Amino acid sequence: MHKFLASTYKEFTLLIRDFGGIVILFVMPLVLIITITLIQDSSFKTISDTKIPILIVDNDKGDVSKSIINGMQDSSAFEIIEEAEEAIAKEKVFKGKYQLAIVIPRNLSKDLALKVNQNVEGIIAKFTMEDEVASEKTVIEKKEVRLYFDPATQLTFKSSVKNGIDKMISKIETESIYKAFQSQISDDPNESIFETENFINFKEVSLKKEGQDILPNSVQHNVPAWTLFAIFFVIVPLSINVVQEKNQGTFVRLRTNPVSYATVLAGKTAVYLVVCIIQFILMLLIGVYLFPSIGLPTLDISGKLPLLFVVAFFAGLAAIGLGLLLGTVAKTHEQSAPFGATFVVILAAIGGVWIPVFAMPKFMQILSNISPMNWGLNAFYDVFLRNGSLLDILPEIGLLFLFFIATTTIAIVYNEKKYAV
Amino acid sequence: MIKIEQISKKYKDAEKFSVSNLDLLIEEKEIFGLLGPNGAGKTTLISLLCSLIKPTSGSFTIKGLNYKKNKKELKQLIGIVPQEYALYPTLTAFENLKYFGSMYGLKGKELTSKINEALETLGLLEFAHKKISSFSGGMKRRINLIASILHEPKILFLDEPTVGVDVQSKNVIIKYLQDINSRGTTIIYTSHHLNEAEHFCTRVAIIDHGKIISKGEPKALIAAEKKANNLEDVFIELTGKDLRDYA
Repeated sequence: MHKFLASTYKEFTLLIRDFGGIVILFVMPLVLIITITLIQDSSFKTISDTKIPILIVDNDKGDVSKSIINGMQDSSAFEIIEEAEEAIAKEKVFKGKYQLAIVIPRNLSKDLALKVNQNVEGIIAKFTMEDEVASEKTVIEKKEVRLYFDPATQLTFKSSVKNGIDKMISKIETESIYKAFQSQISDDPNESIFETENFINFKEVSLKKEGQDILPNSVQHNVPAWTLFAIFFVIVPLSINVVQEKNQGTFVRLRTNPVSYATVLAGKTAVYLVVCIIQFILMLLIGVYLFPSIGLPTLDISGKLPLLFVVAFFAGLAAIGLGLLLGTVAKTHEQSAPFGATFVVILAAIGGVWIPVFAMPKFMQILSNISPMNWGLNAFYDVFLRNGSLLDILPEIGLLFLFFIATTTIAIVYNEKKYAV
Repeated sequence: MIKIEQISKKYKDAEKFSVSNLDLLIEEKEIFGLLGPNGAGKTTLISLLCSLIKPTSGSFTIKGLNYKKNKKELKQLIGIVPQEYALYPTLTAFENLKYFGSMYGLKGKELTSKINEALETLGLLEFAHKKISSFSGGMKRRINLIASILHEPKILFLDEPTVGVDVQSKNVIIKYLQDINSRGTTIIYTSHHLNEAEHFCTRVAIIDHGKIISKGEPKALIAAEKKANNLEDVFIELTGKDLRDYA
């Protein structure tokens, strides 16, 4: 116990003497979580203050093009800039000045009305059993609304714009069909025969557990995910600490001292676990106090604090185990630091920090089950979003603890084998 | 005291043995010098005796304790002063010594008084609470030494303890080692300072190519070589004048 306490005190002193290291350990995760939450929160919001300028080449100048332009303007996401020539619009988009150009073809309104009228007349004729030979159908070419995207535009933005325009065009077509029927059936164009409002609507119903509403927001999603990411980044300084110990000669002295490698590692574990917990507290404080003051939703931790600390404790242990193993195996900083940083990013990716696990390919979904960050994230979500109890998070924190035991044991065994005499 | 029997060490990928079938007996309370050119096998032999590396063959005992079976007891018996500074640069001298003393189970007032006593003897008490990173080479060497003797080892291994230090620091270190020896600690040390070894050691062994080529009291070795006036002459006579660069 005395040797463990001495090792812990030594590690603590080494840490507090490295001011730059402390800044990186505590400030960088906070900068990370604020930045990510600010960015992601704006994409979560339906009404954004930021409007994306897009070009529209209106070759139609009819009702349909008006409806498309109005629809785009109503979405509040776009600033519409009209451009006369398709070629110019195309060039501007390809040069990256605009994300998107929409080219509405000539006679779209006229041809759509013609096409719909022809179809409606055909149907009415069949119903009224008119014997007279229907007038010969005019062949109407299919129309295409062309979309030019900047090659640098992200796929998610492209698909959401395409879906939006597709939905808008479907609605215009439907309304045109209703209008055509109305003009055939009624002489009064103002008479309301058809209701054109959507019959089927969606309503999101928030889940309740023990009478409490579960209302997730971007902060409730982001804080646990990026807190976990920051906790796991402790791998980098910790592995550097272990490598440094080996390279500065003190490790040789410790090997001749009557102290086990496990005791040396235990001292490091204790100090870096406190680092993880402090990181976690700072993240919570940011979520609770800073986020509301910068226009972000407040992090709701009411009644969840003890369980959140339990998850942070075990996630910290898992991260420390990995850091100790990496530091033990690596020979130089050049090996441990880049590997540690990259590995954390990989663990975060397969753990579902960026893309939800359900959206991943099947193989990656299986792989995510072995990511300690996935276990930690699920435990945090259980507490934050599902009002889970200790029993609910027991499997995840159990896995995190086992991961710590496994990685630390491998580190100790590896060290014993390597320096066996 | 220390009985080495047919010990050999060949490093992985090395062409030759660093230590080859070496036999040696070192008596209690001796100051035994291991002398030899670069790459002769001195540091390898000390590393073997401190259980830092594993012998390829052969064995040794210290005070009758086998290096394989009695690891814990041996660690408590020995102290090692490595060639490089085995200290934490951002900790103070006192913090370093307190930590390494604690690793031997020392604590409280006993540890503090041992640290202060050693610091005072080696002229470093006023620098006790300064960081190691601000120390000169000579000061670091002295702290490096204190960190290895706080637990009062029965056997002290020193790998070039006076390399790169000024004469004043060297004299203080040598005097301190003689004092420790007079209190019963056996000293085994390596050095390139042959004049220092001649006056400091009770016995020396000259090693070359992993083998002992001569051993005995410095005066006896000098007397045995007709052209030799000092230990350096003996050394050159036995090991030659060729450079011993190796990689």
